[in-house]
Amino acid sequence: MMSVVLEQIFQVGFLAAIIRIATPLAFATLGEMFSERAGVLNLGIEGIMLLSAMTGFTATSLSGSLWLGVLAAVLTGMLMGALHALFTVALGLSQHVCGIGVTLFSSGLAYFLYRLIFGQQSVPPSIKGFATLPIPVLSDIPVLGPAVFNQFALVYMAMLAIPLAAFVLYRTPWGLSVRMVGENPRAADSAGVSVIATRFQAVILGGALMGLAGAFLSMAQFNAFTFGVVSGRGWVAIALVVFGRWDPWRSAGAALLFAFVDALQLRMQASGLGHIPYEAFLMLPFIFTIVAMAFMSRNAVAPSALLKPFRREER
Amino acid sequence: MPPPLIEMRGITKSFGAVRANEAIDLQVAPGEILGLLGENGAGKTTLMNVLFGAYAPDAGEILIEGRPVTINSSADALAAGIGMVHQHFHLAPRLSVLENLLIGIPGKSGRIDRAGGLARLGEIGRQHGLTLDPDLPVAALSVGEQQRLEIVKALFRGARLLILDEPTAVLAPSEIDGLFAALRSMAAQGLGIIFISHKLNEVRALTHRCVVLRHGRVAGRVDTPANTTSSEMARLMCGHEIVPPARGPSTPGAAVLTIESISTSRHSGMALRDVSLFVRAGEILGIAGVSGNGQRALAEVISGVLAPDAGRMTIAGKAVSQFSPRAVQALGLGRIPEDRMTTGLVTNLPLADSMVLPRIGTAAFSNKGLLRPDAIRAFAEAQIKAYDIRCPGPMTRAGALSGGNLQKALLARELAFDPKVLIVSQPTRGLDIGAARFIHEKFLDMRAKGCGIIVIGEDLEELLMLCDRIAVMYEGRIAGTLDSADATIARLGLMMTGAGQAEEAA
Repeated sequence: MMSVVLEQIFQVGFLAAIIRIATPLAFATLGEMFSERAGVLNLGIEGIMLLSAMTGFTATSLSGSLWLGVLAAVLTGMLMGALHALFTVALGLSQHVCGIGVTLFSSGLAYFLYRLIFGQQSVPPSIKGFATLPIPVLSDIPVLGPAVFNQFALVYMAMLAIPLAAFVLYRTPWGLSVRMVGENPRAADSAGVSVIATRFQAVILGGALMGLAGAFLSMAQFNAFTFGVVSGRGWVAIALVVFGRWDPWRSAGAALLFAFVDALQLRMQASGLGHIPYEAFLMLPFIFTIVAMAFMSRNAVAPSALLKPFRREER
Repeated sequence: MPPPLIEMRGITKSFGAVRANEAIDLQVAPGEILGLLGENGAGKTTLMNVLFGAYAPDAGEILIEGRPVTINSSADALAAGIGMVHQHFHLAPRLSVLENLLIGIPGKSGRIDRAGGLARLGEIGRQHGLTLDPDLPVAALSVGEQQRLEIVKALFRGARLLILDEPTAVLAPSEIDGLFAALRSMAAQGLGIIFISHKLNEVRALTHRCVVLRHGRVAGRVDTPANTTSSEMARLMCGHEIVPPARGPSTPGAAVLTIESISTSRHSGMALRDVSLFVRAGEILGIAGVSGNGQRALAEVISGVLAPDAGRMTIAGKAVSQFSPRAVQALGLGRIPEDRMTTGLVTNLPLADSMVLPRIGTAAFSNKGLLRPDAIRAFAEAQIKAYDIRCPGPMTRAGALSGGNLQKALLARELAFDPKVLIVSQPTRGLDIGAARFIHEKFLDMRAKGCGIIVIGEDLEELLMLCDRIAVMYEGRIAGTLDSADATIARLGLMMTGAGQAEEAA
């Protein structure tokens, strides 16, 4: 069995699969990370991804333009992010309750609008999704080239998003404001930084990234919208943020690690270890997440002001 | 004559029916240190919040160098050159010193201006002797260094007027000297400083002039604080004479609490190393020391919260075999913890519940596993009356009470059960003169009744006034014990820095 597994790992297809699986997780994890660094837990992520997958798919299906679809998904994410921020930042309501509410609302809306637009069809409608876009020269590198540099445009965007997120968070004044409002909003406030505006911006940026995650699922990975298109990836992203200790590089690394286990279990399902029910393999990445979390979250320190609404007059 | 750096004219601010500030005039000239005195609730903080833009005044105006300005936010205040060092620091512990300085400062071509920040930090450090390591996380700084960072932060933003809200409350005596030196240097270079405090000796030592507030109004102005007696200023603050309670002689009885060679290993603060001490009936023992030298561990061991690794403890002659709060309480220990709001009581529950919490399972307050709400309420009502705790009633949310009233409630809940030993940490931290006076009198009453009291504190004057003996803690050990007749602030201060040990040995 071990040899079967090892054989699978060192295949171009396997490496490419890891990158593909990691992409929506990376977007979602970075999105959740920005939100949480500013002090706002966004449990709406699962629903935001689903609704964005739906709007992206629909926009592309109706207009024929993939990038218009991506734009629709991003705008959807931003809108739902703004909604979550309205409840939790402007009104200071419970982030847990509102996040679950946003997920339930977004999911319901996604199903509803999808039925309204496409009706009930025997064969679910599909689109011609993103095609792979080999990068000249780089894609010719043996093994690594075809795995990493022969991917969808959105995959490259995710690769760029990671260093960009780190730069924004650690090197720009806005990123410092985000970290400060997540650690001690009063300190930011007394330094003349608007806590409310910064949190809104971070949650909306987070929503945009969650929208990209949704767009990838329905427009590059499955090329169709189904109700199970997200299937827990949002929840996983929340765990990966903790696993990645609220850092862009570590979070992306966590997404990659999860993707590795997921790709591995897919191969194991296919590789004819037939007597084991496939559901057992399906569980693997989640068991991995739980075990990894149990070990890693012991020293993980969340942003101090996470979950705490900011009201200026309170002392 | 140049116009004052800052002038507040006729500032009035009400909250509902409460006049927090009424027609207050105040000026600070460049190079001047102004003391702002007043009891808790006199309106000092409100006035400064008006100046710093947190509240808009109902009437009155603020002038900077003779020009009227409107300050609607802390950003406006910063732009006007006003910097404030709050009592509770506004710092993010996990970010670096430099990051805490650069927050809210526009970057250079989209990036954080690290080089510019470092240069400015170095410049301020040289000017006023306020040096800090830029890349250290704030959590790694001592309280004194964090305060220094807050001052640097204000200067970094170009403050010409610096407001400090009770800055010495958190400092050790040696750190206070350093702070005063820095403030004098800043004033000498033309900055204006408003120093808020209710410690009269500090105001007299530092300020050039002071304004005393009472009930939201200016109760008096003192032009030569150094030549004005503390009791005169106290009279302005309180509206009546304040006489410190006199500690009469007492003849201590047998030891009611003994600790022999107690050591602890794991503790979030400083652990204890081979600590022995005792307190006798009718005696007050003070524990002095710079915070973080094992006082918390000592309080936790005595209160039964922390079990020591080695050593013995007796209460009223009986050995403590089991370290739990309930067990030591049953032996006759009363405890008033350091932090009223977090370990003292439950802020979101009614006051009555907090007042019976340590004894919730006893027959006085429960019967066959069920609470006796009437008994709880009656107990709370009786204590509220006996201790004059100002609150709407026993069912008021505990967190809504002022610090002084909370401390009275905590004292009431212990003293009602006639403890043989009482351990108190920071008994009057944050309390005004009147409330502190009340607490002190109660301690002396208990001493007269034969209770042994241990007071852990950082305010040496308070310890000298209250205690019969004072032990000094340094790095988890008892550095020495002095009879209060032999103790002076200078001598205790020396022992607190570890220097006293050499003296003891000599």
